[in-house]
Amino acid sequence: MQCSIFTSGNMVTAKLSGELDHHSAKSIREQIDCEVEAVQPDKLFLDFKDITFMDSSGIGLVMGRYRLMQLHGGEVIILNPSPSIRKVMRLAGLGRLAKIETSA
Amino acid sequence: MIKIINQFKMELLARSSNESFARAAIAAFISQLDPTVEELSDIKTAVSEAVTNCIVHAYKEQLGYIYITVRILNDNKVSIKIKDKGCGIPDVEKAMEPLYTTAGGERAGLGFAVMESFTDKLTVHSAVGRGTTVIFHKQLQTR
Ligand SMILES: Nc1ncnc2c1ncn2[C@@H]1O[C@H](COP(=O)(O)OP(=O)(O)OP(=O)(O)O)[C@@H](O)[C@H]1O
Ligand SMILES: [Mg+2]
Repeated sequence: MQCSIFTSGNMVTAKLSGELDHHSAKSIREQIDCEVEAVQPDKLFLDFKDITFMDSSGIGLVMGRYRLMQLHGGEVIILNPSPSIRKVMRLAGLGRLAKIETSA
Repeated sequence: MIKIINQFKMELLARSSNESFARAAIAAFISQLDPTVEELSDIKTAVSEAVTNCIVHAYKEQLGYIYITVRILNDNKVSIKIKDKGCGIPDVEKAMEPLYTTAGGERAGLGFAVMESFTDKLTVHSAVGRGTTVIFHKQLQTR
């Protein structure tokens, strides 16, 4: 599991890759929170393009980041989830908390 | 008549580093049925939920083992049993409600909801102080 974080202006993007489960979520969460707390961005993009597996730990990760961004009025945007990851997100109704976008 | 065509058992220490191993091992065993990508991903997700629950909840206080039995049954059916000897669940019905969690914070409370919707049948037995057994069945397409 890897997580690279880029900041530009008031936007933070976390590009995730590999398998997102309870084991891998902890370090991703710490990396994202560290940057978000320092920058307090308007938008946090979570790029799921290279995530090959996700269970409800990924839902918990997004929900937790949503709450963190709410503290300063920012929003979370989910990018490029695969069909199987969309299926888990749909079940959780994540679309109510975060925009889900797919780039070409 | 249910017939067992093939069976695989494993016993894992409840370490979070074993979550991905459990998914991969079970997926490899089931691959002999030539499942679709979606079927395999559904099974891996349900397995991950049950195994993670053993690690996060059942053995929160003391480390123990997770016992897994995977069966390939006749007519392309799979059954997976994931058992722990951990703390147990006082009210299973309540625990299975979507969004119910005793862990708070980073947990969504959706593990059982995922297992239910990604498999065809889910059974949960639990006794406080003795442990929890989760069994799910999945009917694969015949191809
Ligand atoms: N094997 C287990 N042993 C003891 N308690 C369990 C076990 N599995 C589940 N539970 C209890 O049932 C509750 C609901 O489980 P569920 O998997 O649906 O949600 P969660 O694990 O809390 O969150 P999530 O799975 O979304 O990360 C848990 O919070 C826990 O209290
Ligand atoms: Mg769970």
